[in-house]
This record gives sequence, structure tokens and C-alpha cells, in this order.
Amino acid sequence: MQRTRSLAAIFAGASLAALSATAAGAVNVNLVSGAVGADIAVYQELVKPWEEKTGNKVTFVPMPASTTDQFAQYKLWLAAGNADIDVYLVDVIWAPQLSEQFLDLTAAFAPVTNDHFPSIVASQTVNGKLVAAPFFTDAPALYYRKDLLEKHGEKVPETWEELSATAKKIQDAEREAGSKDLWGYVWQGAAYEGLTCNALEWLASNGGGDIVEADGTISVNNENAAKALETAAGWVNTISPGGVLSYTEEESRGVWQTGNAVFMRNWPYAYALGNGADSPIKGKFDVAPLPSGGGDNTSAATLGGWNLAVSKYSPNAEVATDLVLYMTGAEFQKGNAIKASHLPTIQSLYDDKDIAEAQPLIPHWKEIFLNAVPRPSAAAKVKYNEVSNKFWTAAHEVLSGSSTPQDSLELLEVDLDDLKGSGW
Amino acid sequence: MASITAGQPEPQATRPARRSELQAERVRAARLFLLPMLVALTLVAAWPLFRTIYFSFTDTSLSNIGAGKWVGFDNYLSVRTLSSGKVITRGVLVDPAWWNAVWNTFRFAIISVSIETVLGLLVALVLNAEFKGRGLVRAAILIPWAIPTIVSAKLWAWLFNDQFGMVNDMLMSLGLIDHKIAWTADVSTAMYAVLIVDIWKTTPFMALLCLAGLQMIPRDMYEAAKIDGVHPIKVFFRVTLPLVKPALMVAVIFRLLDALRIFDLIYVLTPNSSATKTMSVISRENLIDFDKFAYGSAQSTLLFLIIALAVILYIWLGRVDLGGQKQ
Repeated sequence: MQRTRSLAAIFAGASLAALSATAAGAVNVNLVSGAVGADIAVYQELVKPWEEKTGNKVTFVPMPASTTDQFAQYKLWLAAGNADIDVYLVDVIWAPQLSEQFLDLTAAFAPVTNDHFPSIVASQTVNGKLVAAPFFTDAPALYYRKDLLEKHGEKVPETWEELSATAKKIQDAEREAGSKDLWGYVWQGAAYEGLTCNALEWLASNGGGDIVEADGTISVNNENAAKALETAAGWVNTISPGGVLSYTEEESRGVWQTGNAVFMRNWPYAYALGNGADSPIKGKFDVAPLPSGGGDNTSAATLGGWNLAVSKYSPNAEVATDLVLYMTGAEFQKGNAIKASHLPTIQSLYDDKDIAEAQPLIPHWKEIFLNAVPRPSAAAKVKYNEVSNKFWTAAHEVLSGSSTPQDSLELLEVDLDDLKGSGW
Repeated sequence: MASITAGQPEPQATRPARRSELQAERVRAARLFLLPMLVALTLVAAWPLFRTIYFSFTDTSLSNIGAGKWVGFDNYLSVRTLSSGKVITRGVLVDPAWWNAVWNTFRFAIISVSIETVLGLLVALVLNAEFKGRGLVRAAILIPWAIPTIVSAKLWAWLFNDQFGMVNDMLMSLGLIDHKIAWTADVSTAMYAVLIVDIWKTTPFMALLCLAGLQMIPRDMYEAAKIDGVHPIKVFFRVTLPLVKPALMVAVIFRLLDALRIFDLIYVLTPNSSATKTMSVISRENLIDFDKFAYGSAQSTLLFLIIALAVILYIWLGRVDLGGQKQ
């Protein structure tokens, strides 16, 4: 009995100490983030100056790298009003779906809003409420093998047609020469969000629209879109392996980084990894904007990226907001660009000398950003995931040859119309 | 309660009043001992089940769980007549994606459980025979079952990888296929891939349950058959099979229940493929990903009803003796 009582006293003392620490101003802010590569270690290091200045502490809560799994977990936590997590790192497409559960950052962010890319700020604004502050951004590019293009006297393709022809030529010639496992082009064709990104790029760069336009009209059933899907379906088993229909980013990088692909569509993270010390293709590749459909069409890159949001249920909302402002500020973003090759959302950083020196690809990406297309998450609001699911299913059916582009787009239009009902 | 007290050796009572008092005391104690389990079951099983069924009759969304309004059977089936006179039906019961999932689930369950039962029985017969190192083999065969499903699904995803996968590599070098097969991507092979992994994983479990049944068979029956000179195959069908049947039927029920709610393996190996999407996978998708919490709840409720129905049907048709009353 005596022992229990003394134990209880210790616990009471400990919790009192914790309480008084809070009262004195030192707060522990919990930030949840997907653990991709060395990201969390980099953040931990970069957040130190803020911790020293304010006396608060940041605890990073790691999550699986899969965004789908993260989304499910966040949604459950937020639905339950979880007060343990103060700050969420959220994908660019989630803002409209989670907007009710996060605090409005408009006022706090107002002084720096104009420093960031307007399109990114716009993507995080739902009905005039800034749901999340831009942390880093992402856009895919065409990775190509410099050495192979040079060897076969080809230039970097600017249209999809050129890409198909170049890929086929090099693939055939190299296979003849003994590299039996070489493929022309690898991308992400598994039925998941990544296929929506890939297929949206084919559509947008061929004048086929953005699936659901900003005003909510369903534009997906058109001739250009059908043509774009048909072209892509023609790659499977010719310049792309049949398995590309189950590839996500990492599977395609696997083929690419072992030196078995001439071209790859992927996000910036593959750049640093491809130039890693043990990479067989180190120094043998470069990046360019994705091809376009030719004619008046321009290249299109799906806008990705991550943003920081403050939970409505956070007991430390003020401190958490301050942390978000620090982490989205120039100093942090610069460090994040140099150490983790994460693309800044602050425009002026693209001309920064230190960044250009440490990560030569980043200034390169400004050009890709000019042609970034957002996914229709703002238009479709909470129904976006289902829109995306229906779209990638339709695209996957065309790619695997179980349906024609015309039929599948026509059905998709009907499905989306049903889903839309009286409005998004 | 009766079965609990009946087992106790009761002294022949001379004073009936006291005995019944003692019995009442015992019943009270038994109830008291059962209480924690009943409370736990209510909390973890009955309450969630009730909530799910309740949600399926509302329009609840995950962004605001408390705000759902009662909508009756609309999630299951709703018929609306448009002003143009066109009649529109909506709901799980007319959703082709749902019926596709139901079909996938049953196809998966029936094929996998049949193959696992046959293979499991074969393995059990081998393990039942006397040979050197039998204990070691018995332990080794359980390894696939001991690996968590998520891990084995990931492991097989790499084995099935079209470019670096060992399955393709082996088949290629044996000359059985002339090009690399995209096992999990191709609609026509995705279900086979899932079946292969499931059979690999759960055959040991079936073998174990069958083995337990086989060991219950008295040895002298075999000796009698041997003396009579009965052919071993006849012995199997006339002696072994009828005697192992009760154990086998229970094992099949376990597996059937497991197979009908298959989720993890498919979620990891072939997520989003309509060729393998099962009832559990599709209801989770609606519950979480699509923000159609009520619709997903309706699917979960149907899933519960369908599984319950399947098991009742099985017990009734197979006359499975779960209570152990018939001897």
C-alpha cells in the first residue's frame, strides 16, 4: 500500500512538472509526416534554430510512405478529434477534403503570401480559407539517359511521338547489342493515384482537358483525350514492359536506376538517388520537361507537393502556427532544398546561388513549374478521391487493352456525371 | 449455466433446501465470472457492430461523425423518378462494383479453401506417417503460416515482380514462358497470384488441423484393415476420410470465414485491381478513401450478413457438429 502511494505521488509530481512546464511556455508540438528517405532527420536538424529561439520542442511522428495509407490514418484521427497531433504534413490534393478539420491560416500567412507561387497558395485555399501553408512542391519531369541519346545521335524528345520513336530505336539497337533487359520508357501505370497523375499529363499535353475543369464541368470525354490514351496504350509491351501496369514510382525507378531504361517519368526525388555513390547511372542522365502532344500543345506536369496544416483540435494552436510559419519560411525551405532536394515554394529561392550549387536540378525545375497542372481536387472537393479512382480505373482498362479509349471515356463521363449529381 | 454446474460431482443431498441454495450460489458465481467477458464482448464486438448497422441507415460522413441524419434504406436501395420520367435506382444492392466484389470474394474463397483442404490433407497424411525427423518437418512446414500476412504479401510482391522477380526468372530459365509475365498487373493473372500466395500461406494451417484429426483415429482400425488385406486406397476412403471428416469440416469453416473476409493480402498485393477487389477491400475504400462512410457501413453490414448466411448454410448442409453433442 505504502509503495503504491509513493508511486502515485511520483506520477502526480511528474504530471505537475509537465503542467508547470507548459505554463512557463515550453510546449511540445507533435508533427506527423510520412517517412520518405531521410526527410525526417533533415527536418529535425533544420527545426533546431526554432526550438532554441522559442524554447519549445518539436516531436516528429513518422508515418508510412504511402500517401493513401497516410490519408486514411489522418482522416480517422481527425474524425475522432485527436488532440495529440498539432501539425499535419498534407498532400496537395487533400486540402478540400480535410478543410473542415484544420485552422484557417490566412491571417497568419498574409505577410508572406506573395512570396510563394500563387498556384500553390490557390490550391490550398478552400472557400477563401487557407487550409495549409506551402512547405515544398513537386512536379515530375522526363529523365533521360544522356549517354544513350548521344551514342545513337538522338536529341531530347519534345513530343510524345518523338519519345516513342527515339525510345524504340535505342531499345532495339541496344537489345541487338546484348542489353536484353533494356526498355525504352518507364512510368507509373498501376491503378492508383500515380496513374491519375500520369494520365492527366497525357490528356493536358494533348489538349484533352483536365478531367473536371475548374468550374466543375466534366470534360474528360473528348477526342484528344481518347487519342492521348490510345498513344499511351501503344507503349505497353513495345517500349514499356507489360509490368508497367503495376508500377508505382519505386518500381519504375528500380528499372531505371539499374540502367534498364532510356526514359523515365518521375518526381525530383529520383534525381538525388540516381546520382548516389552506388548508382550505376550516376552522372549519365539528365532531366527535361515532359513531352507534349505537338502542335500548339504545351508540356504538362502534374502539380504535387506537401503543405503544413494546423489541426483544429490542437491544444497548442498558437505555437503550432508559429512553427508552421517557420517551417514554410525562406530559411527552412532553403535548407530543405539543399539537404533533401525538396523544391521550394518561394519563388526567389530558384535564383539562390547556394541552392543552385548544391542541387543543380532545382533552377531547372522552374521551367517545369510554369507548365504545372493541378489535379481536379479543388473542383471535385470531397469527391476527388472517387473521381480519381474512376479516372485511373478507366485509364488502366485502356492501357491493359480490356477496353477502347472511346468506350471507357464515354462510360467514365456517365459515371462522373452520376457522382457529381446536383453539384460537386 | 446448466452445463457448468452439471459437471460438478454433487453429493447426494439429504436436505433439498440447502442444495438448491448452494446451486443458486454457484450460478451467481458463474454469472459473476462471466461478466467481464460479456462486458468485453459488448465493447469490442456488439457495440461496433451495432454502430456500423446504425450508420448504414444514415448519411454520416467521416468529416463529422456525429452529424448524420436518418435516411432509411437509401444506402441499400433508393428509387427516384426524375421529372423526365426516367427512373433511377441507387444503392449498394444495384451497385455493379459491389456485386463484382461479392463474386470475387466467393470465387477466391471457394477456390482457395478447396485447394487448401486437399493439399492440407495430403500434407497431414504425410506428416502422420512415421519417419525420421518428423518433428522437424512438422515445425518447418508451419513457417509460411507463422509469417505475418503483410510480410508474406510484400515478399510475394517482389517474387512476382515482372522485371526482377524470381518467379519469372525461374519460369524463363526452365523455358516454360517466353516473355516475362506481369503477374499482379495483368487482369487475367492477378487472381491467380493472390490464390497462389494464399494457398502457400494457409495450407500449413489446414495441414495442422487435419493432422490433429488424423491423430484421433485409433491405430487398431488400421491394424484390423491390414490384417484383412484391404487396399490402402480403400482404407483411406472407408476408414480415414469418414473418421477425419468432423475435424475437416470444422477446419473448412475456419478457413471459409477467414477467406470470406480476406483483406490484407489483396490490399498489399493487388490494391485497386477490380479483378481481385473483395467485399472487405471495397467497403474500406468507401469508408475511408471516398468519404462515403454511410455507404461503406451499408457494405460492411451486407458483408456481415453474407458471411453469416454462408456459414449457416454450410453448417446446415454439411451437418457440422460444432457443439460436440453427437458422439
